Amino acid sequence: MNIVECTNVKKIYQQDKLEVRALNDVSLSIKKGDFIAIAGPSGSGKTTLLNIIGGLDVADSGRVLVDGNVLSTMSQTELATLRLRKVGFVFQAYNLILVLSALENVEFVMLLQGVPSSERRERAKAILDDVGLSDMYDRRPAELSGGQQQRVAVARAIVSNPSIVLADEPTANLDSKTGASLLEMMEHMNEKKHVTFIFSTHDKMVMNYAHRLVSLRDGQVVDDQVHER
Amino acid sequence: MYFRLGWRNIWRNPRRTLVIMTAVIIGVWSMIFLGSLMRGIADQMVRNGIATLTGHIQVHHNGYRNDPVIENSMTDPEAVETALKRSLPPDSRWSSRVRVNAIASNARHSSGVTLVGIDPQRETKISFIGGAVIQGRYMNPDSRNGIVVGKALVDKFKTKLGRKLVLMSRDTDGEIASRAFRIVGIFNAETEATEKRFVFVTLPAAQQMLKLEKGISEVSVTLSSQQEVHQVAHDLRAGLPSDKYEIHTWQELLPLVTAVLKMYDGFIYLWFLVVFIAMGFGIVNTILMAVFERIREFGLLNALGMKPGWIIREVLTESFFLLILGMLIGNSLGFLSFFALSGNGIDLSSLAAGMEYFGMSRVIYPIIQGKDVVMANLVVFILGLVVSLYPAVKAARFTPVEALAHT
Repeated sequence: MNIVECTNVKKIYQQDKLEVRALNDVSLSIKKGDFIAIAGPSGSGKTTLLNIIGGLDVADSGRVLVDGNVLSTMSQTELATLRLRKVGFVFQAYNLILVLSALENVEFVMLLQGVPSSERRERAKAILDDVGLSDMYDRRPAELSGGQQQRVAVARAIVSNPSIVLADEPTANLDSKTGASLLEMMEHMNEKKHVTFIFSTHDKMVMNYAHRLVSLRDGQVVDDQVHER
Repeated sequence: MYFRLGWRNIWRNPRRTLVIMTAVIIGVWSMIFLGSLMRGIADQMVRNGIATLTGHIQVHHNGYRNDPVIENSMTDPEAVETALKRSLPPDSRWSSRVRVNAIASNARHSSGVTLVGIDPQRETKISFIGGAVIQGRYMNPDSRNGIVVGKALVDKFKTKLGRKLVLMSRDTDGEIASRAFRIVGIFNAETEATEKRFVFVTLPAAQQMLKLEKGISEVSVTLSSQQEVHQVAHDLRAGLPSDKYEIHTWQELLPLVTAVLKMYDGFIYLWFLVVFIAMGFGIVNTILMAVFERIREFGLLNALGMKPGWIIREVLTESFFLLILGMLIGNSLGFLSFFALSGNGIDLSSLAAGMEYFGMSRVIYPIIQGKDVVMANLVVFILGLVVSLYPAVKAARFTPVEALAHT
């Protein structure tokens, strides 16, 4: 069953008088439970594709279906609800809320979902334990290393049981050891919880971990390989 | 979590938070404190007016108010007394007076004055004169030639205690009545105009001089509560024939004060609005700065699934804290200033000459009215949140992609 279906997706950015074709007729299907990397050089359209799948950006043409929802027909509020219920994000720059502790950052999405306080706390602690941060509940982002912050970001992304986790260059700011540990953790989550992970990356290590590798160049899919697990 | 997030966010930039809080504090303080001064001025005006021979209610012969000549005196004071005893609440007080325009003169000076014949014992309980004598003595009930005059008149006439003062006025026969009095007391009043205007003799002395027999010009009534004024006036009107007597409340007797009171109400609320407009710009500007500094964060919140309405709520929560903190401190300072000055008041003697034309006192005692405090806080709180909506809506309109790309 496909959880994401992109059909003839186009996205053009206007930079001054210059037209930049970020995505040029991209069609892509992603199955539920996939662990997929979208690779390509800078400017190939990886992040744009991820943003469009996550409802952060809107395609100029084409059709994007996420867990049965046609994104082009949805309002900003409906897209926010879709992101809240079905999509988890892991950003390159972690993007944790600076004034909240690790535990509160993980709780935050559940709070928006209306999960009761006690359950929220319990689940947040459990997921932080899973990502190896059981002794750092009360630390603020500034008191965590890059790797620890990214673990909190992953915990935040998966704690609400989304259908998809979109990770935009999640290892870009991490050393290789921390990056590998993070990828192992995400792979484990993928296997344990059957969450679909979609990475944008140009990190070889991420590409090697991915079960499927889609290559983009100049806004077009130029390769699509399934790796042996 | 909204409250936790809002509270922590406002302390991310303590200096900015303190700046905006200072604006709110000064705004609320000035609304409450300056409002209390204006109320104090208005209250003093009313008190002065009432104490300066007006009282809460006055009874006159029909036509006296329009033409206060001696012919319009009340010749049958017993009928009025009977009606007063029937209509007045037990703790109220009243006094009869003769009140006519006269000329006061001594060897060197003369001046127009109001001659007031009083019952010294009754008068002391209802008007300022009983406690206002600063030199000499208050009048005895049986004093035939004693006169009590204001300090400003004494200074003007360059006279002193024990000296003679001649009063001239028209008597009931239409003839000029003249009589010499000896100054037995000098009084001090809230306003210099009062000191120059009124001279007091006993009621029998005035009646004799003006050939009034038992006649009086007015009866002044004071009540224990202002709330009773209209009911008592209504009862008196019902108890006395309207073709012979007219009854006026202090609001009718002091039209200038009544008009100024109404004007003050408008001034106070206008002042609140002016202060708020100045403060409102500060609030909008500071919150807008805070929002633009955190564009990326609002993009993140949106990306995480925070709907635009929730982002608006989040920004308003921060404003809520800033306003509540500012209001708490502003109110405290307002009340502290009030308590600090409520004992001794603010002495405006240097401005008294100009102020007394409006019946204002030399010393202003601030008065806090609950409705002003509530109004000041409501203005700041509600309008503060309303103006915060602009930056809040701005924050909610950032698209996640643009906001997250913002550096």
